[in-house]
Amino acid sequence: MEEINQNSPTSLDFNTEKFEPKDEIEIQQIIKFCYKKNLPIEIVGNQTKLDIGKKMQCAKTLDMSKFSGIIDYKPEELFIKVKAGTPINFVREELKKNKQHLAFEPINFSKIFKKNSNEGTVGGTLSCNFSGSRRFKVGSARDHILGFKGFNGKGEKIKSGGTVVKNVTGYDLSKLITGSFGTLLAISELTLKVLPLESETKTIIVSGLALEHAMGIMGSAIASSNDPSGAVYYPGNLRNNFVFNDLTHPGSITAIRVEGTKISTEQRINNLTKELVLEDKKLTILDSTQSEIFWEDTRSLKAFSNSDKNVLRAVVPPSETVNLLNRLKTFHPNYFLDWGGSLIWLELDYLSSQKIDQIRDRILDANGYLTVIKSPENVKSSSEIFTIDPIKFKISQNIKKSFDPKRIFNPGKMYTGI
Amino acid sequence: MSSLKMPKVDRQILKNKDKIVNDISAFTQKGNILSENEELKPYETDGLAAYKQTPMLVVLPENTNEVSKILSYCNKNKIKVVPRGAGTGLAGSALPLADCILLGLGKFNKIKEIDFNNRCVVAQPGVTNLSITHAVQDKGFYYAPDPSSQMACSIGGNVAENSGGVHSLKYGTTTNNILGVEVVLMDGTITRIGGKVFDAPGYDLLGLITGSEGLLCVITEVTVKILKKPDTVKAILLGFPTIEDAGNSVMEIISNGIIPAGMEIMDKVLLEATNNFSKAGYPLEAEAMLITELDGTKSEVDELIKKVAEICKKNKCTSVKISKSDEERAKFWSGRKAAFPACGEMAPDYYCVDGTIPRSKLAKVLREITKLSKKYKLPVANAFHAGDGNLHPIIMFDANDKISLEKTEKFGEDILKLCVKHGGVLSGEHGIGIEKRELMCEMFNNNDIQQQINIKNSLDPSSLLNPGKVYPILRKCAEEGRLHIHGRDKSKFSDIPRF
Repeated sequence: MEEINQNSPTSLDFNTEKFEPKDEIEIQQIIKFCYKKNLPIEIVGNQTKLDIGKKMQCAKTLDMSKFSGIIDYKPEELFIKVKAGTPINFVREELKKNKQHLAFEPINFSKIFKKNSNEGTVGGTLSCNFSGSRRFKVGSARDHILGFKGFNGKGEKIKSGGTVVKNVTGYDLSKLITGSFGTLLAISELTLKVLPLESETKTIIVSGLALEHAMGIMGSAIASSNDPSGAVYYPGNLRNNFVFNDLTHPGSITAIRVEGTKISTEQRINNLTKELVLEDKKLTILDSTQSEIFWEDTRSLKAFSNSDKNVLRAVVPPSETVNLLNRLKTFHPNYFLDWGGSLIWLELDYLSSQKIDQIRDRILDANGYLTVIKSPENVKSSSEIFTIDPIKFKISQNIKKSFDPKRIFNPGKMYTGI
Repeated sequence: MSSLKMPKVDRQILKNKDKIVNDISAFTQKGNILSENEELKPYETDGLAAYKQTPMLVVLPENTNEVSKILSYCNKNKIKVVPRGAGTGLAGSALPLADCILLGLGKFNKIKEIDFNNRCVVAQPGVTNLSITHAVQDKGFYYAPDPSSQMACSIGGNVAENSGGVHSLKYGTTTNNILGVEVVLMDGTITRIGGKVFDAPGYDLLGLITGSEGLLCVITEVTVKILKKPDTVKAILLGFPTIEDAGNSVMEIISNGIIPAGMEIMDKVLLEATNNFSKAGYPLEAEAMLITELDGTKSEVDELIKKVAEICKKNKCTSVKISKSDEERAKFWSGRKAAFPACGEMAPDYYCVDGTIPRSKLAKVLREITKLSKKYKLPVANAFHAGDGNLHPIIMFDANDKISLEKTEKFGEDILKLCVKHGGVLSGEHGIGIEKRELMCEMFNNNDIQQQINIKNSLDPSSLLNPGKVYPILRKCAEEGRLHIHGRDKSKFSDIPRF
């Protein structure tokens, strides 16, 4: 289906506020209608990440959650093609049947936003581009999208990419739409790279380390030949979130994950213990089952779950982390570190837009960036949610215009004026 | 130059050449401006050597501010600019235009910072790919993407073309291995995208720029991710009675959850040619050979080599040779790396095609390429990055024979159409440039291409930066930047000499 006749008969009620298209013809008709009438549209999936970004006042809602299903899955070709509204959990289960997975470990926000077990749709996951602990090894969501189809702000169907990994055929629009929070395109179809699940996972936990020491250990682990796939640090005050039979030591948790065959994981755990001189430390090795729970808890932000506190996400070069956290002490945050210390999840009791600005300034000083994940509506409305400078704002505005000239898709969701 | 349609030459600009030289000398030293024919000659072509065009001027700026001033001036005065790194690209992306300033980044040749703490290197764009690895290898680090031209190609050019290499199956291409860039837009705006952190917020401009073939901005600095070298690396040579058996083995290795660092298939023609050339010890009785490289800890590599050998034996593999040392592994690769010169020994000229197909179609597409070889009566040798389906058929011909040349270009076109027909793409790692420009309509329709052109226009409204590349132009409406419509005027591609 390349071109859709906009005059084809439709059962759509254009007076409705919320559209739930069941096919591409309907998606196109809705967008063409809104384009013609200058009606802003909020694009949503399962609404699990709706609270990230600014709240919008849109005349129409395009709910993609009914546009769901696997179009093509070829395990031996390492790709899966799905409709944008397909639940990410469903995809995960299907992949698991073939011992495969989405290696970028999309962050599960359902616990911090209290959305039960709903993790949202594939379209929503890619639109937000928040990736888990394997980031430094396998990349993020943007590194796993091979191609897409969707509709621009004029209702024109466009595609880019394909099903293969190696592809230099025109601009890589797949990357551009990933993390664009639905402001460029209504995505209808996505092709994702999938990878084999490793047969064993082991986690080496060093208990009771101070931050500086933990940063050194994580950095050395990542910079070794042992190919770790996760390195996180939980300070002592968050220790009680993790209850494992084998984890008996008190104090902070510095955890390093290795994945592979049984023989390989064992060898790498031994290597790490020796190379990082951990023999005399309080060590715990989590087996595959316990490891999976530990990293699932990290991916789900368990340490900050079921609370009403504010959540911020900062990313800085790892060499800046310690200094930045010292400079943030005045705000009394809870924090934990992922990506070997480069990703800092912050939890704060009280937040104002002024505080956000102060925190952002310190993060910018550290050559990093801040994203406001969870905060009260009145704070969000008067704050910058995503860091941007004026030059890139102008570039982004031009790019937005090239996709969505009337700014009907998620206007203001990321930035005022985009 | 051939009859390939390029943007209309602005005669007025050419008339003003002396004034332009004078104006630009206010932005950079006079010695950095080349305007005499003999000085311009070395810049008239890139790696796609059959296309030649002398530029109006070559300017070799020395820093980002100079680039900014030059671009801003060109933008105001509507002068076309073609950026160029090392000029090794195979798709003609750095081919000059008659009325352009060729902006050579050769003087941007310094590594600015090696940051082991943050596991990255900050380099100027003219630094060669391999010299980044050389700069960090004493501490056991390396830069993963390894295009075969890595000794000569520049990191800026790698970003512009999203270069890959034999290890991209496991380690990704350039886009997966860079953290940030400093760029200058056509209006002279300098900006930094990304930095030493992953996933900078906002639109993924880094992803957009990588592989944009010099159409969106000029890259003036690149921050790349470096990795620690694996503990153990071993290669295994596997001979097969048919190409299908080799292809099936690749599929089964991946289906078994093994992602090798590299997997290359060579067919019999190439096996013989390269073995004669480099004495790599290839199984000459085989119809096809698979080189598989595995890396990791020693025990893991030994375990996986065993598994790979078992899978291949099940798929009728007739010979197995495992490298016993790094020297032997290098010897295994020496034949593969000598594919081009070896083909050069067999025929006066050769032309390397670059397309990607789904792995499962390898055997089928190869059979069809063999049929085409018979149809065109031109020998072809086949090398594949089999792990990621990236084909490099090498057509051998004689450029002095006009008919042979015409047949070669048609043969290349048919191979790329085959790739698209089987669910693949026109380019895996060389880019589109001018070489495959007219074939874009095989993959994309009007809307798809127009959306891409709209992005180009949003950053470079006068279309001055590397115009005439990547997107097809209709002869009649080249000046208006309109595009070739799918299904019409397909014969134009045959105007392109393809070698």
